[in-house]
Amino acid sequence: MSKFKNKKDDALPAVNTASLPDIVFMLLFFFMVVTVMREDTLLIENKLPLADQVEKLEKKYPISYIYAGKPTQAFEDRYGKEARLQLNDKFAEISEIESFINSERLSIREELRDFLTVSLKVDSEANMGIVSDIKQELREVNALKINYATGSGSALDN
Amino acid sequence: MAKRSAPEVNAGSMADIAFLLLIFFLVTTTIPKDSGINRKLPPIEENDEDVIIKQKNIFTVLINGKDQLLVEDELMELEDLRAAAIEFLDNGGDGSCDYCNGKKDAASSDNPDKAIISLKNERETSYKTYISVQNELVAAYNELRNRRALLIGARKGFPEMDFVKMEKNFKDAKFIGNKDKLKEVIDQIRNEYPEKLSEVYTK
Repeated sequence: MSKFKNKKDDALPAVNTASLPDIVFMLLFFFMVVTVMREDTLLIENKLPLADQVEKLEKKYPISYIYAGKPTQAFEDRYGKEARLQLNDKFAEISEIESFINSERLSIREELRDFLTVSLKVDSEANMGIVSDIKQELREVNALKINYATGSGSALDN
Repeated sequence: MAKRSAPEVNAGSMADIAFLLLIFFLVTTTIPKDSGINRKLPPIEENDEDVIIKQKNIFTVLINGKDQLLVEDELMELEDLRAAAIEFLDNGGDGSCDYCNGKKDAASSDNPDKAIISLKNERETSYKTYISVQNELVAAYNELRNRRALLIGARKGFPEMDFVKMEKNFKDAKFIGNKDKLKEVIDQIRNEYPEKLSEVYTK
């Protein structure tokens, strides 16, 4: 009988990890495909308000982003606690919106220029003063399609 | 010379490299969620003639600096705004609106085409309250349109589809169905309940 005795010791066999790279690669490709690199570094706090009657912003038309909110802690000393405007990667004044929109218009194809949507990403704690100023400025440069960026949730929870 | 087989490349570190890349992409990924409330700003016009609108056709919403809501000169909670807006829009006071379900109160709006919601805010109003109010007003329009869409849609061959769904289907390239007909229904509903939301621009 001892002839057929299992010669292996009782230790657990090692798990075969040969397929591990494949699994990891699969995950890697998934994340590579869905990744969108952050376009702007935020210098301000940007917690969007909630709303539930939202429409999706269509990517096939050009979108420009205008950020507004209270400067983050690192910039509090220099820029104060009042809500500020951010265009691209730096703080801006309201009057700079005009040149910003014009340069955005120049960078997109001519036939799409009329479809430029301006997405306002405004912090929920900001007040309407700055938003009204932005809207007035946008009217003056004739950028009339706007979108108030919101998170999704019940508006009553704001 | 003896033929030597090429030595096998050690692939043991492949997993490590892949992990490194994976972690990099995991960290930098922000899944974009671009959605929001679309609005169109009124163009600046040179000639500002005063259009005379009857007071009863205007539904004034004022948000003051303390985020309080003043609807038709009365204090109101945000929860009640949607219902109040629907009641105003769907009133149909002059009887020309045969699809309205309102009270036909002569002191309220004539018909949905004439009814205008006027939104005014102060500089101290917080943005989140403003968005909540905008959201509730859009919701009021959507609710009326949805109700209408369920009625018309069933007759025109788009059953069980509310207005929001219709618009979504219209934009969807994969939608199977007659898009021209769908557009017709959407336009009809848009005409019946036009979104007349005006904002007061204070200088």
